[in-house]
Amino acid sequence: MLRHTPFHPRTAALMEAQQWRRWSGFLVASAYEMSHEREYHAIRSSAALFDVSPLKKYSVSGRDASRLLDRIVTRNVAACQPCQVLYTPWCDSRGKVVDDGTLHRLGEDHYRLTSAEPNLSWLHDNARGMRTTIEDVSDSIAALSLQGPLARAILEHAAQRDFKTLKYFRLTNASIGGASIVISRTGYTGDLGYEVWIDAADALPVWDALMDAGEPYGITPAGMLALDIARIEAGLILLDVDYVSARKALIPAQLSSPFELSLGWTVKLDKGSFNGAHALREEQAKAPEWMLVGLEIEWPSFERVFESLGLAPRLSATASRVSVPVYADGRQVGYATSSTWSPLLKRFIALAHLEAPFVSPGRSVEFEITVEHRRHRANAKVRTLPFYDPERKRA
Amino acid sequence: MTMNGSRTRYDAIVIGGGHNGLVCAAYLARGGKKVLVCEKRHLVGGAAVTEEIHKGFKFSEFSYVVSLLRPEIIRELELPRHGLHILPLESTVTPMPNGNYLAAWGDHDESQRELYRHSPLDAERYDDFGIMMHHMAHAVKPILAMLPPDPTSLSPRELLALARFGGHLRSLGEARFYALHKLMTMSSADYLDEWFETDVLKATKSASGIIGTFLGPRSPGSAYVLLHHYMGEIDGAFRAWGFQKGGTGGVSEAIAGAARAFGAEVKLEAPVTNVIVKNGRAVGVAVGQGDEYYADVVVSGLDPKRTFLGLVEEKALPGDFLTSIRRFKARGSSGKVNLALSELPRFTCMEPENIARWGGVHIPAARYLRGAVSVSPTLEYVEIAYDDAKHGAFSRRPYMDVVIPSMIDPSMAPPGQHVMSIFCQYAPFNITGGWDDAKREAFGDAVINALAVFAPNIKQAIIARQVLTPADIERVTGLTEGNIFQGELALDQLFFLRPAAGYAKYRSPIDRLYQCGSGTHPGGGIMGASGRLAALTMLRDWPA
Repeated sequence: MLRHTPFHPRTAALMEAQQWRRWSGFLVASAYEMSHEREYHAIRSSAALFDVSPLKKYSVSGRDASRLLDRIVTRNVAACQPCQVLYTPWCDSRGKVVDDGTLHRLGEDHYRLTSAEPNLSWLHDNARGMRTTIEDVSDSIAALSLQGPLARAILEHAAQRDFKTLKYFRLTNASIGGASIVISRTGYTGDLGYEVWIDAADALPVWDALMDAGEPYGITPAGMLALDIARIEAGLILLDVDYVSARKALIPAQLSSPFELSLGWTVKLDKGSFNGAHALREEQAKAPEWMLVGLEIEWPSFERVFESLGLAPRLSATASRVSVPVYADGRQVGYATSSTWSPLLKRFIALAHLEAPFVSPGRSVEFEITVEHRRHRANAKVRTLPFYDPERKRA
Repeated sequence: MTMNGSRTRYDAIVIGGGHNGLVCAAYLARGGKKVLVCEKRHLVGGAAVTEEIHKGFKFSEFSYVVSLLRPEIIRELELPRHGLHILPLESTVTPMPNGNYLAAWGDHDESQRELYRHSPLDAERYDDFGIMMHHMAHAVKPILAMLPPDPTSLSPRELLALARFGGHLRSLGEARFYALHKLMTMSSADYLDEWFETDVLKATKSASGIIGTFLGPRSPGSAYVLLHHYMGEIDGAFRAWGFQKGGTGGVSEAIAGAARAFGAEVKLEAPVTNVIVKNGRAVGVAVGQGDEYYADVVVSGLDPKRTFLGLVEEKALPGDFLTSIRRFKARGSSGKVNLALSELPRFTCMEPENIARWGGVHIPAARYLRGAVSVSPTLEYVEIAYDDAKHGAFSRRPYMDVVIPSMIDPSMAPPGQHVMSIFCQYAPFNITGGWDDAKREAFGDAVINALAVFAPNIKQAIIARQVLTPADIERVTGLTEGNIFQGELALDQLFFLRPAAGYAKYRSPIDRLYQCGSGTHPGGGIMGASGRLAALTMLRDWPA
């Protein structure tokens, strides 16, 4: 049976359409309402509240905590200030990505690492001989994500304090609904947003306080269908959808390096030795063979395929996680792993892995579409990521 | 920018910064032209504006929803980049006189179950009706992006265009072609009578067909507008039907942003007093206190009457054209009441115990307030509302389309408070004795009273109210007789007859004077198609 998150009594009461899905063995909402569209628009127009408790969370503390984490992740942990958060992937010794997540420096010698998959043994195996305490806090810490242009106003109202000075990828302690919490200015939507880290025992009072404070601002509990669209617009990748963990890859073709996922900016080769550094140094020297890019499927071309069959164009309102071939020069040159109609941008967009010669922005390629059981190709153009990057995200 | 320190010179001058004028300007600028837009008000948008009439409360003063804004315009002008953000408006609830209600939800199954409560037969026919309307809309929709062909011309280009048009209609097949003919000629009430038995359903659907026209649901020719809604659904994948974040002014601002990004200049508080015509050719405009601007071409986004009877000397125009323009019907028939509210209205019919009494499905509190409430309880109600107007009075109990924008976008009002937009019909421009302050307030009272029948707490919730009669709409926006479409969308004023036979292709009897407003094909709503087609025509014609 699937497990319930600490917010389940509240989320279950809101669920109108019984649209649940599983996430790391937990039951989470796909959409509370009959359609996810309003939940999506809340992310971009007011504020959406997500239960992200199923994230894996690890507490890493002790004198060697920084040293351990610097050995594991590609970014420079030593340069991370207390109350700062880093987004980072981590690699195996071949320089292939194992997982990605956020690293929160809670204190001088205390960090919290979030990830999609279990990483406890990965942390332990790398910590041999180091003075660190590693704890899986996935169950003891509940998490909410409040995302959207009014997220700050709602938090300020709920916590009765100012969050103007809380910068992008920084965190702070606060109190909401009588509970002590940590608030980080992070999220998975590419918008102004915050994640709230809560002792599981305090989950419901914090949910209630946020919902009460948010009501006049249009706070909208939202599910994974809405989140999936927003994260594609933000150009954010998802493990098991856009790439396979190096720990699970069955054949070399399933492996991805950070460079191939267009995460080269997270690889700090000058910081000293870390897992995969040698391989990554070599790869950087000869340039990656693949890159993750944005694609925009050109609507007139998409529409023409339907018109030729006497149909009006039709496109699912939800994001697709089906891998789609991408062609150029008469052959397949890559594949898109996530695609969606962007209700905000009014564009049909995708995240695609293309061979290096085809990745320059503006490059024309073809995107496979299936209409009336037959395969067709629509024109698409390579775009830089993210598709959507509002100023308020960092402001 | 001045040349030789004297007159400012442009490639094109657009008169009026309404949404079509701005679309036209954006396309001309995108085509490399140096463009000036002259807007008489302190903000762009014409009838698509957002104003803070009462502090903290933003009103989409006139036009309040985005319906058929063309996908190609959104795409080609990159409007989302300039702030276009259309939020879904999902449901319509119609309160009934006996306390029951009819709801149409965003979800098909929910809507079908709701209609089944009223009539199991209608619930099933509704899908058949939808499929037939979809087919017709699909066949007719290309007209929106088409230059109207001249049916009297024998030139190859015109014949080809006519043939293509005929081809679209033939693609319908025989049965649907006849259905289309009926749709084009019947009254919406008669047309819906052929399909449905539920009066409140017919009342609500036919009401959407009489918006902005001086017709009642039983007037022949009112059925065709039903098609407009289904044309919107053809673009359904594009999801461009709804409520603009920040109000409809946001659409205008986005288009203006695109126009500026392409290099167009927008002058505010620059009312054009006349088009300067030399040797039968438009060469510029005179603005406000005597400034003059010159350009190769001039295009007016104002309605045909205002353009040709107001900005051009009569002697510059042929007599038959003048007659056509004078006869062009712009009978304003609708008004607007905008409210600032301290609390949400509570419609009695949607109280949980009332829903239960009528066997309706429980819905989460306030869900219906994110959609429209249509005050169209019976066909008779709407027809009687029209009867009042026929005889020179405003409707004592008007048809109303009510939305609460702050429920869709909380930034429209201070936290916890709300704005309400009430589109009301009928309020004839030519009311007996003319509009004055007393009549305006009496009309506002009639609207509030008619609404209070269904939402009794509305009166105590009002913090401020703005009542706009057709006379006010004309005074503020310049729309002749306050007609929201710049001239009725009646069959005798559409396609190659909009606004006048022989001048439906955005040109005019004056060389290099064009028209781009909603008074030209296809017109109507925040669509932008007129502005785009006008600009494309001008760029094709461009003087060497």
